[in-house]
Amino acid sequence: MPETPLKLTLKDFKSDQEVRWCPGCGDYAILAAVQAFMPELNIPRERIVFISGIGCSSRFPYYMNTYGMHSIHGRAPAIATGLSISRPDLSVWVVTGDGDALSIGGNHLIHVLRRNVNLKILLFNNRIYGLTKGQYSPTSELGKVTKSTPVGSADSPFNPLSLALGADATFVARTLDTDRRHLQSVLRAAADHNGSAFIEIYQNCNIFNDGAFDPLKEPETRDDYLIRLEHGEPITFGADRQWCVVHPPGAFGLEVQRTAETPADHILVHDATVPEPAYAFALSRLPDLDLRHTPIGVFRKVDRPSYDDLVRGQIESAQSKLTGTPEEELAGLLNSGDTWSIA
Amino acid sequence: MAKDMAKKVQQLDQVVIRFAGDSGDGMQLTGDRFTSETAQLGNDISTLPNFPAEIRAPAGTLPGVSSFQIHFADTDILTPGDAPDVLVAMNPAALKANLSELPGGAQVIVNTDEFSRRNLARVGYPDNPLEDGTLDGYVVHPVALTSMTLGALAELDISKKDAERAKNMFALGMLSWLYSRPYESTIAFLERKFAKRPDLVAANIAAFKAGWNFGETTEDFAVRYEVKPARMPAGSYRNVTGNTALALGIVAARVRSGRPVVLGAYPITPASDILHELSKHKRFGVTTVQAEDEIAAVGVALGASYGGALGVTSTSGPGVALKGETISLAVALELPLVVIDVQRAGPSTGMPTKTEQADLNMALFGRHGEAPVAVIAPKSPVDCFYAALEAARIALTYRTPVLLLSDGYIANGSEPWLLPDVDELPDLRVEFATAPNGADGTTFLPYLRDPVTLARPWAIPGTPGLEHRIGGLEKADQTGDISYDPTNHDFMVRTRAARIEAIEVPDVEVEDPDGDAAVLVLGWGSTYGPIGAAVRALRQRGLPIAQAHLRHLNPFPGNLGAVLKRYEKVVIPEMNLGQLAHVIRGRYLVDAISYNQVRGLPFTAVELESMLEEVVKNA
Ligand code: SF4
Repeated sequence: MPETPLKLTLKDFKSDQEVRWCPGCGDYAILAAVQAFMPELNIPRERIVFISGIGCSSRFPYYMNTYGMHSIHGRAPAIATGLSISRPDLSVWVVTGDGDALSIGGNHLIHVLRRNVNLKILLFNNRIYGLTKGQYSPTSELGKVTKSTPVGSADSPFNPLSLALGADATFVARTLDTDRRHLQSVLRAAADHNGSAFIEIYQNCNIFNDGAFDPLKEPETRDDYLIRLEHGEPITFGADRQWCVVHPPGAFGLEVQRTAETPADHILVHDATVPEPAYAFALSRLPDLDLRHTPIGVFRKVDRPSYDDLVRGQIESAQSKLTGTPEEELAGLLNSGDTWSIA
Repeated sequence: MAKDMAKKVQQLDQVVIRFAGDSGDGMQLTGDRFTSETAQLGNDISTLPNFPAEIRAPAGTLPGVSSFQIHFADTDILTPGDAPDVLVAMNPAALKANLSELPGGAQVIVNTDEFSRRNLARVGYPDNPLEDGTLDGYVVHPVALTSMTLGALAELDISKKDAERAKNMFALGMLSWLYSRPYESTIAFLERKFAKRPDLVAANIAAFKAGWNFGETTEDFAVRYEVKPARMPAGSYRNVTGNTALALGIVAARVRSGRPVVLGAYPITPASDILHELSKHKRFGVTTVQAEDEIAAVGVALGASYGGALGVTSTSGPGVALKGETISLAVALELPLVVIDVQRAGPSTGMPTKTEQADLNMALFGRHGEAPVAVIAPKSPVDCFYAALEAARIALTYRTPVLLLSDGYIANGSEPWLLPDVDELPDLRVEFATAPNGADGTTFLPYLRDPVTLARPWAIPGTPGLEHRIGGLEKADQTGDISYDPTNHDFMVRTRAARIEAIEVPDVEVEDPDGDAAVLVLGWGSTYGPIGAAVRALRQRGLPIAQAHLRHLNPFPGNLGAVLKRYEKVVIPEMNLGQLAHVIRGRYLVDAISYNQVRGLPFTAVELESMLEEVVKNA
């Protein structure tokens, strides 16, 4: 990263392409927040790459004035892996959706996370298939009535954060499309992380699943529904912080209790660096079906060597033993083993 | 070892030996060592291993039989031989599995210790074939191989199991004596292989020497054979399998292009050895990723190519099927990509360890939309090295996926390789785009093409001023912006086809020594050996025939149409149901005769010779 600030602005990151999401789509807010955040990275535009799969969200790279690839359904993590491990000088971002990342590309997602490839993964979760016009997705609620499930879906949904944690992701966060400050704070933390950073962004699809996350946004409900995680702070929420999260002795999971009735030292203090994924996993299981008690923020941020560093380390250590030119080394390799000469 | 006693020495010009035993008997190693000794002696060689798909089929059963065939001669040879002159059978299963391929008069060396009632029953021999006349017409050498090995090692302090396992070295020693092979390389090899177990070094060397001495003293072997060195071009040689040669070709492409190589691969028979080999060559700047699946493997390769590396993926047919969508993306992105398909018998899982060349249709046509790619095929184990370089050349120069069609036969087969001078390998350097290419001097047009190669600029991330977006959606000519314009799509589809047609490939060479042949036999890929051997045999008998072999299957060599029209009849033998023939007929309107065999085995020279003889005589 250059020492001197590059003096880039939001405008530098806007491409000349007309943005073509439906008016009112949550993707606009995310795009604006990301574009506005980019100058903070202080990385020249040419060293930033956005790679996406297929779906509404995956149009994202076209609108960023960086390098970008709109690839194929579900495969962005694999393609980005090839780029990231061979080009450590780049900042590589993956933009994906709930169908792209969790259905057709589920295998790549979990493997990229377990390897800890140095990618920043933004999963726009709108709990619906938008681009194909309204089928249920792997994050849609059980019983969801859609075009392909007229009497309700029989599929239980994935909890994307639980899945990521199960794959041993080193950085796991959740944020909201409409909360620009929070979204950017999560991007900042992700950008700082060496290894895979997985961010679930709740995104409103106002055409096929409008209002899916309203309880987290509406003034009447949001205070009681949304839990803002702050590293090092006790987990309390509500307009008057009247709710808190505790880990009852002997219980497997976490519970919400009234702050007033809970001794202060029983209230969980959020620590994203807990090595055991079980803690972040328990946090990811807090929300009820109606989104009540949904934590947002950074759930987990732990250090583990990135795949990129390990792979390149092996290459560099092998290369440090080189003595000849590449041509000489090649000649040596070809002439190795049992050779014989004919005069 | 004891000095040669006065046994008769007989000169042979060529021999085919097949070592066969249980998969736990070390037959591949035995074959490898015999090959190495033979190479040292200077014979020309061609080998073919044949192993079971099961890692450890139950001992002593037919599915557990593993074999290794070597053909060596004092002239240059093209195939591992149609049928063995000598079969070494380490147990009844090995005898039973191979006997049907043994011509009358062949020598059979059997390990009699394994011919117990129980072992015979296990493979369905009601009586002992060594005694019941089954082997009438063969020259049988019964050898108590196991007990003699145990006897030779009795003095050594090793377990009975380890001692027994050395019996393959007894067999090797015996055969090395019988064919007058130099054994120094084997002794050195054993010292290397078991460096950490001096007791095993001693045991294996003792077993080898015991086998050698047995050959020398037994009255059963009245004659000892010699095969004089072949007259081969001067230079330094090594023996190499197709898969190893292919991997080395990729390393050479890395060195000659200056581009780092990223191989994405998922283990699959018979291609995994390419991954294994390349994973050893990190010092060259070759990165290997064992991906979570075939799709990720090609994705990793494509992502690396996007970043300026040479992306390579190696697999077999089922893997290519899975990679299809990503290959189509690479067609749209117009980025370099090398896809190696070591073909095996299909469809579905088919016969993974058996060879076939039935993926040509898939390589040429197996993608959605109009998605042409370059297709090339090596003709022999050694040629895999040069085919890999050629695949890299086309991919890098023309920014296109290249499908390289090897197959199980040449992948596992081996032959001597006259090692090339590295400086004479093709120069594969390419240039990246560094500056805007628009007429105004400031815009960058990612789909503006080189007028000759029709390749678009390779503008890799990290290049200031050239930021651009690419993707699978149809692109407007030059700008690369998303476009649904009908005329533009028609233009881009035709341009992508023209791009492949614009690839410069050498003319196909026709071998027609008599100049008066009426029949041309046209092949591609691994059939080169057996076709060549058949053609030679016919010419020796005074029957004229022309031979041409295709390395480039898309685009075809420019002179192919004219060559085909020169001959009255064109015969195309393939290990499929006529895939090349179909294309040739469609493209050149030539009434080619398609000759097919899909038994999971290479053609034999004999069968091709008799088929071609018919055609030549009726022409
Ligand atoms: S369909 Fe939904 S997700 Fe897609 S662009 Fe429209 S509003 Fe956004």
